[in-house]
Amino acid sequence: MSAVAPFDDRRRLSDLAVGERARVERVLDDDSISRRLLEVGFIPGASIEIVASMWPAADPLAIRVGGSTFALRRHEAERVVIA
Amino acid sequence: MSDATAELRVAFVGLPNCGKTALFNRLTGSRQKVANYPGVTVERKEGVFAASSGRRYRLLDLPGTYSLKPTTLDEAITRDVALGRVANEPRPETIVLVADATHLPLSLRLALEVRRLGLPMVIVLNMSDVARRRGFAIDRDLLSRELGAPVIETVATRSGGADALITELERLAMPEQPAAPTTAWQEPTAAEVTATHAEAGRLLELADYREPLRSRAVAVADRILMNPFAGMLILATLLFFVFQAVFSWAAWPMDLIDAGVASLADLVRGALPDGPLRSLLADGVIAGVGSVIVFLPQIVILFAFILALEDSGYLPRAAYLLDRVMGSVGLSGRAFIPLLSSFACAIPGIMATRTIPQLRDRIVTILVAPLMTCSARLPVYALLIAAFIPQRDIGVFNLQGLVLFMLYFAGVASALLVAWVAKLIAGGQSNHLLMLELPDYQWPSLRNLALGLWEKTRVFLARAGGIILALMVLLWFLSTYPAPPAGATGAAIEYSFAGQLGKALAVILAPIGFNWQIAIALIPGLAAREVAVGALGTVYALSGDEEAVTTALSSVIASEWGLATGLSLLAWYVFAPQCLATLAVVRRETNGWRYPLLMLVYLFALAYLAAFVTYRVTLAVAG
Repeated sequence: MSAVAPFDDRRRLSDLAVGERARVERVLDDDSISRRLLEVGFIPGASIEIVASMWPAADPLAIRVGGSTFALRRHEAERVVIA
Repeated sequence: MSDATAELRVAFVGLPNCGKTALFNRLTGSRQKVANYPGVTVERKEGVFAASSGRRYRLLDLPGTYSLKPTTLDEAITRDVALGRVANEPRPETIVLVADATHLPLSLRLALEVRRLGLPMVIVLNMSDVARRRGFAIDRDLLSRELGAPVIETVATRSGGADALITELERLAMPEQPAAPTTAWQEPTAAEVTATHAEAGRLLELADYREPLRSRAVAVADRILMNPFAGMLILATLLFFVFQAVFSWAAWPMDLIDAGVASLADLVRGALPDGPLRSLLADGVIAGVGSVIVFLPQIVILFAFILALEDSGYLPRAAYLLDRVMGSVGLSGRAFIPLLSSFACAIPGIMATRTIPQLRDRIVTILVAPLMTCSARLPVYALLIAAFIPQRDIGVFNLQGLVLFMLYFAGVASALLVAWVAKLIAGGQSNHLLMLELPDYQWPSLRNLALGLWEKTRVFLARAGGIILALMVLLWFLSTYPAPPAGATGAAIEYSFAGQLGKALAVILAPIGFNWQIAIALIPGLAAREVAVGALGTVYALSGDEEAVTTALSSVIASEWGLATGLSLLAWYVFAPQCLATLAVVRRETNGWRYPLLMLVYLFALAYLAAFVTYRVTLAVAG
C-alpha cells in the first residue's frame, strides 16, 4: 500500500516496465529531491526510458533521460508524472 | 605586478564524472596539495602549474555538482567557494567549467547557472575525441558568442590534450584586483531550473548540436551487468577475485616491509647504548611506524581495484545492485563504496562517506564501517586460528579458511544488524535518497589511477601514521615504566603501568574467559589491533624475531588457553574498537565527540557480549 503517493490515476515513472519509453509531464512537489530531479533533466517533455529494474519489487530503477542514466529509488520515481 | 610573477586563481567546476579531475591532473601532475576546507570535512584539492609565458596558475578542483543549489556538504563547498564565502579562501578569479562532450545538455545548463556568478569563465568540452568518434558535432564559435565565454575542446587522457585550455587561460587578462565576494547571488528557483534547461536546449539547437550516439556495447553491458541475477553473480565473483588478489599479491611486499622494519630496529639496537632512548626508538617509534606501513600493500592493492572500478563506471552500478539489500536495513546503496574501502582500513572508508548526501545515512555508515574486517585484524585472526583451529578439510573447504570466512561474514552481518537497529531507533523516516548517475563505461586511465593511488596513500600515511605513531610512543611508555623491581621473576611488562592496568581489567574480562596476559596485551593493542600479537609475545617473555615469536606463541597459547578462550578472543576482535586512529578520524569527520564515544561504547558492548556468548557456549559444548 502506498500511503505516500496521492490517490490519483496519473501515470508515474515508477509504473513503467523495463524497456518502456515515455515523456515527462511534470515533477510533483518542490523539495530538494524534486529540485534535483529537475536539475538532472526530468523536465516537462523530456523523453525517458527504463533501462533496468531490481528484483523483486522493481526498486531501484535505472532510467535513461536526456543522454544520461540515473538510478532512482521507487519513491523518487513516483514523483515524476508521465504523459 | 607583471604577468611573470602573477598568479591566477582558477576553479574547476563541473558535473560529477565529467572528467574534471582527469583534466586537473593533466595540468598539475603531482604538484597537488590535498587538505580539508576549514571547519568542514570536504576535501580541498589544489594544484599549481606554470605556463611557458612564466605566468603561474593556482587551480582548485571543486567537488562535482549538478547545480549551485547543494544537496551535499561537498556541493555546498562548490557554491560557497565560487561565491567567495569560505573563510581564508580567496574567491577564484576565473572558472573553468568542465563539460563531458559525450553528454553535453546537463553541463550546459550548469554553465548557464555558473555564468550568473559574474566571473570570467572558460567552457571546456572534455573527452571530445570519444564524442567525435560517436558523431558529436557542435558550432563552438556560435556557442561561445551566445554564452559570452570561450568554448574549447580537450582530451584529458592524452598528453598535450589540455593545451587548448592553457592557450585560453593565457589570453585572460590578470584581474586588477582580487575577485570580491558576492552577496547579490540568489539560489535559482524551480522555474529558473526549467528555464535554464530550455535555454540550454535552444543553444544546442542553434549551434547545430549533434548528440553522440551511445555505443551498442554499453547498452548490452548494462543489460547484463544490471540484471538482478546475472549482475549480482558477476558482482559477487568480482569481489571474491578482488579479495583473493588483495591477500595473495600483498603477501610478499608485506614480508619485505616486515623484514625491513625489523632489521632497522636491530640496527638501532646495535648502534645505541642500552637505555630509554634505544628502547623508545626501536620499540616505540620504529615498531610504531612499521605497524602502519606494513598494511600499505593491502591498502594500495584494494584501492587500485576500487579506483579502477570507479573510473570504469562500474562502482555506481554495484551501488545500484546493492541498494535494495542495503536499503532494507536503512543504508543507502552509496554506502557500498565506503564500506568496501573499510575492508582495507576503516579510516579511508570513513573519509569516503562524504559522498552520502543525508547526514543520518552518513553517520550510520560511519558507525558500522569498523565492523568490516580491516587488514589489521588479520595477524590476530591468523595467530588464533593457527593455535586453535585444526588444519582439517571439510569437503572441498579447509576448516581454518572456513573460520576466517566466518569471521568476515560475522562482521558484515553484524554491520547490517546494527544499521537495522539504528533505523528502528531513529524512527520511521524511510525516504532515503539514491539518485545516482550511472556514467557510461570507459577504460580507466593508468595515469589517473597512479595519481589517485598516490594521493590515497599519502593521506592514509599522514592521517593514520601521525596518530598511531603518537599513541605507540605513549603506549611504549606505559608498557616500559615503571621498571620491574630488582629480583623480579616475571616479564618486565607485568610490573609496568600497562601491566597493572591489565591485571585490574582481568577481573572484568574473566567472565569472557580472558586471562591477565590477554588483558595486558589488549592495552598496547588499543593503538592498532595487530600490536596485540607482539604484546602477547612480550607478556609470555618470548624472544627471537617476529616469526619465531609468532610460532612459539601459537604453541604456548594452544597449551595454556582453552579452546573457549581462543574462540572468545576471536569473537572479541570482530567487534572491539581496538583502533584509536579510527576513533580520532570519526571525531574529525563528525566534528565532535558524540559519535566516536557512541561508537566506542556500542562496539565494546557488542565485543563483550559476543565474547561472553562464545565463551559460555564453547565451554558448555566442548567442556
